[in-house]
Amino acid sequence: MKTDDLIIALTADAGRVRRPMDVVLEWLTVAACVAAALVFAATIGPRADIGEAATTGRFLFKFVVTIALAGSAFWLLLRLNRPGAAGRRDLVLLAAAPALLLLAVAAEFFSVPQAQWAMTAMGKNSFNCLTWIPLIGIGPLALLLPTLRHGAPTRPALSGAVTGLLAGGIAATFYAANCTDDSPFFVVTWYPLAIAMLAAVGAAAGKLIARW
Amino acid sequence: MQRALDGDEAAYAVLLKEVAAVVRRAARGRLAPGIGVDPEDIVQETLLAIHLKRHTWQPDGLIGPWVHAITRYKIVDALRRRGRHATVVMDTVVETLEAEAQEERPRGRDIATALGGLSDGQRRVVEAISVEGRSIRETAEALGMKETAVRVALHRGLAAIASRFGKRT
Repeated sequence: MKTDDLIIALTADAGRVRRPMDVVLEWLTVAACVAAALVFAATIGPRADIGEAATTGRFLFKFVVTIALAGSAFWLLLRLNRPGAAGRRDLVLLAAAPALLLLAVAAEFFSVPQAQWAMTAMGKNSFNCLTWIPLIGIGPLALLLPTLRHGAPTRPALSGAVTGLLAGGIAATFYAANCTDDSPFFVVTWYPLAIAMLAAVGAAAGKLIARW
Repeated sequence: MQRALDGDEAAYAVLLKEVAAVVRRAARGRLAPGIGVDPEDIVQETLLAIHLKRHTWQPDGLIGPWVHAITRYKIVDALRRRGRHATVVMDTVVETLEAEAQEERPRGRDIATALGGLSDGQRRVVEAISVEGRSIRETAEALGMKETAVRVALHRGLAAIASRFGKRT
């Protein structure tokens, strides 16, 4: 087939445009949040003393970190799905949530006696954290991965990993409302491990499905 | 591009022809002759990708970087499929000039192969519109189909051709 013939065929097909990529990603992200909320409400639910906890800085700061992660991952995914839009500088944004968390960890070194550091980091909920964040996040990940087929990511594995981070950020936001370990020491020890599982699944899936 | 997204076929045809010229130049510049990749195949694969992914273009955004990124992806993809990672030739001026001097090859070997893999209905519709140059309405009359069915078959046929590129070795 000549290229000019192909152009004629493409032109005849001009009327069939799919929904804009960013709109689809936005809606599926909303759907992912709803899915996470449903699983969370049906299983572990918020901790019993959430009203009291909500007055403490440590509890609230967990949400600053997890929402920062979800927000930066969403924004980056929007750019990764658009050819030519994501540059190296955009990747720096992913460091926002870790940087916030490390600042809190640094502050925690001064407010917690050294003898309790290890105990605070281990916490009581490490197994819960490593189980529930992936369990809450897998549904959102399944909802979000198709955006890689709808969009046009030129870096499939990276885009899949960022999709996993977005699902992980959403899942961690809900899990944090249940977990009674609020110290940044605990968060920095266990949350990244749990979220990394979702990112790894996302990266592997991205390589498989994001071919176009 | 905005007009094309709004369904202006004439504007879309002009745009695709310009894009084809840009991609052809880029593909010839980066693929040395004898590498086993026909630059015209890259042109056709890129045009298909641009068509099927045009909903990822940022309205009001620059079209240049978007087209360039898709072209680059398709060139790397074509080389990867043929198992040559490191042979992208960036600045072989002489070879580029030689390639420019060659007559434009009238056929895309690979797209012809991909066409053969379509279902009969899709292939008849795609061929009627592209090779024979019929309109949607003429095709519908010739094949005894409804116009909407022709449009659907055309769209699915183009998507199938694009996805076959990825599976080819």
